[in-house]
Amino acid sequence: MAELLLELFSEEIPARMQNGAARDLERLAADHFKRADLTHDRIATFAGPRRLTLAVDGLPIRQPNRSEERKGPRVGAPEAALAGFLRSTGLAREALIERDGVLFARIDRPGRSSAEVIAGIVPDIVTGFPWPKSMTSGAGSLRWVRPLHRILCLLDSKVVDFEIDGIRSGDLTEGHRFMGTGRPFAVSGFEDYRAGLERHFVVLDVAERRRRILDDARAACARRGLVLVEDEGLLDEVAGMAEWPTPLMGDMDPAFLALPPEVVRTTMRTHQRYLAVADGEGRLAPHFIAVANIEAADGGALIAAGNGRVLAARLADAQFFWTEDLRRPLESRLTTLKGVTFHARLGSMFERVGRIEALAPTIAPSVGADPDKAAVAARLAKADLVTAMVGEFPELQGIMGGYYARAEGVEPAVADAIRDHYRPQGPSEAVPTAPVTIAVALADKMDTILAFFSIGEIPTGSRDPFALRRAALGVIRIVLDNGLRLPIGDMIAASEFAGTDVVAFFADRLKVLLRERGARHDLVDAVFALGDDDLARVVARIEALTVFLASDDGANLLAAYKRAGNILNAEARKGALPEAVAHRSDGPGEEAALFDALRTCRPHVQSALASEDFAAGLSALARLRAPIDAFFEGVLVNSPVAAERANRLALLMEVREVMGQVADFSLVSG
Amino acid sequence: MAASKALSFQDIILTLHAFWSARGCVILQPYDVEVGAGTLHPATVLRALGPKSWRAAYVQPSRRPSDGRHGENPNRLRQFHQYQVILKPNPDDMQALYLASLEAIGIDPRLHDIRFVEDDWENPTVGAWGLGWEVWCDGMEVSQYTYFQQVGGLDVSPVSGELTYGLERLALYVQGVDNVFDLAFNDPQSPDFKTYGDVFLENERQFSAFEQEQADTDMLIRQFHDMETLVPKLLASVGRRGQPLVLPAFDHVLKASHLFNLLDARGAIAVAERQSYIGRIRELCRECALAWVKLEEADA
Repeated sequence: MAELLLELFSEEIPARMQNGAARDLERLAADHFKRADLTHDRIATFAGPRRLTLAVDGLPIRQPNRSEERKGPRVGAPEAALAGFLRSTGLAREALIERDGVLFARIDRPGRSSAEVIAGIVPDIVTGFPWPKSMTSGAGSLRWVRPLHRILCLLDSKVVDFEIDGIRSGDLTEGHRFMGTGRPFAVSGFEDYRAGLERHFVVLDVAERRRRILDDARAACARRGLVLVEDEGLLDEVAGMAEWPTPLMGDMDPAFLALPPEVVRTTMRTHQRYLAVADGEGRLAPHFIAVANIEAADGGALIAAGNGRVLAARLADAQFFWTEDLRRPLESRLTTLKGVTFHARLGSMFERVGRIEALAPTIAPSVGADPDKAAVAARLAKADLVTAMVGEFPELQGIMGGYYARAEGVEPAVADAIRDHYRPQGPSEAVPTAPVTIAVALADKMDTILAFFSIGEIPTGSRDPFALRRAALGVIRIVLDNGLRLPIGDMIAASEFAGTDVVAFFADRLKVLLRERGARHDLVDAVFALGDDDLARVVARIEALTVFLASDDGANLLAAYKRAGNILNAEARKGALPEAVAHRSDGPGEEAALFDALRTCRPHVQSALASEDFAAGLSALARLRAPIDAFFEGVLVNSPVAAERANRLALLMEVREVMGQVADFSLVSG
Repeated sequence: MAASKALSFQDIILTLHAFWSARGCVILQPYDVEVGAGTLHPATVLRALGPKSWRAAYVQPSRRPSDGRHGENPNRLRQFHQYQVILKPNPDDMQALYLASLEAIGIDPRLHDIRFVEDDWENPTVGAWGLGWEVWCDGMEVSQYTYFQQVGGLDVSPVSGELTYGLERLALYVQGVDNVFDLAFNDPQSPDFKTYGDVFLENERQFSAFEQEQADTDMLIRQFHDMETLVPKLLASVGRRGQPLVLPAFDHVLKASHLFNLLDARGAIAVAERQSYIGRIRELCRECALAWVKLEEADA
């Protein structure tokens, strides 16, 4: 069994592409091995700033012998066709096999050495590698993420020989750009390679780089009684930016902490990739952790000081934006929004603000908010988009608006609404709970959905460029988590849009959400079939139904419903069902008893539904179970007497109709 | 950083000139049309196109009217200086050459943290983009490093490597100074020592006021339209050898680009209009690029 080691050594690979590249390399290698009939054990891939590495265990020394059957002409085909086939296969006529009147050639391919096969595979992988963005360099033609400099390829310590765009494979790699020797060195296999890199100050495995950063950064904080503010995404990124990650603590002027903490953190994160540091109470501390790629001779003093100076300049810029922005009230920025296009066919951001400003106060009463406050908050909600700070850091939209609003004395409920109206932005973000915020958040999201639906921009499949699904899910979560009684249709009616197909879109999103939360999809469908657009009521109904169907009564009633349904469907196939209204029959007692039970049940169900006590409604229905069972037991529905048959079918239709007020039981499985 | 040994602003330039001259570059002077970046010098934009090899280095004063702070911000300038190097085709050891140039001006890569951080450069007004990095020294962006893939909307072959050093930032670093206006412009021991502020502070003050407050937007718009009319006219005219007047045409594309920057600094361009302006300049640039490539290929 042989071990393969491949390293593609290049100039610096963007951190964000490294993990994907490692996965692609593994997938492509596995595909090629499979196609070449090369079995193997473990495939491991590694990606770092300057290298992409593949290590494979348990490859055979040779490919197995393979044979292939190729279809030729029919027996009796013209001589020329046969001659051509023999020429192309290199076989004689006697070697062909005849089956069902057709000639076949069996071509045996002796297995090649694995080295030979791999020498063909690697250039295929490299030239077809799916980088998100790639380039050519100099006069070369190879596309790679950045210039590719060296290829190391060893099978059991021996170089697998090939060439790609002038680069010949070999057994050399090199270490850290600055801490290494600056000269390439030879390796004999994976373990030697990994250890050699470590000796030359390169940590091959990103998980190990990440662990070292986290450990060292936490330790550096702990030494000064501070706490690292952990940030997974940033950690992943910095782990992709250093071969020998070396966290260093730097300092900042505490005066900068007068800026909003979000501004300080965003400046550090976006511009500098610094990890933030907090004191024991979780407040930002005037320090940062920079992850260097070198252990400098002076212990990193120059590097930490340099980074501190850069951060000071960045924060001074942020300070400038902050004071400049504060010089103009948010209200005065609305005219600037006229120049900001929301969407080419949907007008400017200013027009959009006008719509949200009209919609929010109509939603306000239903969510317990003051309509005037909702209107003011909606009017100012987008003003920060044209501030200098949000221009620099778009991810601070809303947050800055909230700060600027407070600074100019806008009342807290309105300022909070400006700050939080984009929430929730993802499935893990909490929904707003303050009434004014809820009104603006709903108006904002509804306007987005309604506006894009109005121009036919409706999400399909994986295409949802305006994130309308996320907006709808936000509306649903806000409504449900706050227990709001706010039918979607009411919000649509209060907007200036027709809202065609929008309720159905919400129904689909709610279904997805409820299924994710573990609700039975058939129950979701059974309740949705009623066409209710009051999301809280829909959910309450589904919950009650779930409990009910798990009970004995529920299960049996469902069975009875199905039986009634089957009979009705079977009869309907024979011709139209009679339009009789059921009456109290003087026939079998069970028939009259069912009639009575329905008469008693109906008002109970209706009053329970009217007070939205779905559990009570369902237990009222449960009282139908015994009479229905008895009816099926003692009464022949399909009576030869037409009037009897009509009355009995009418009774079953009434059962279906009464039960159908609670849910469409025909959609419930079981 | 040991201040006594640190290079002055002009010594950094002279050192880079000597370094790149020794590596085969023609050392050019700044282009004498207002531009926002060293890339726009025809020695880069036009020479990156076509089949001929080319190596050049020069300083380019770069005007960014929107960045003006009236000389009141220690880190922001409306005009700063880029040191621009173009190597076509890019040599295999270009990263090593670049790092050696940093060492030449006093940045020891064993004491500092030099990083190549993804930054895919593009300049939509000249229809150019490439892949590369911003180069960080201890967290500060000191250079932009790009392998051009397209210029003027046209694919390039061979590929050029472009290095753009931010001279003020580098000098701040090398001299260990926090305020750009305190940089030593020439040698502090010289008989007539001057700081960067002595040379440029008043320019910052006056031009910030002009560019952000006084420039006549109606006139700028008129001039922009004039450039738009003139460029195609020049491209349709020919010189004594029958060649289209690409170089003069390109000068006027640069002027249009600067007029756009002035209008932008005056807040006279609505966000919705920006793309249209940029698209118009790009189209003019593309026409120049096409004419230039044709000329170069005919001559190759």
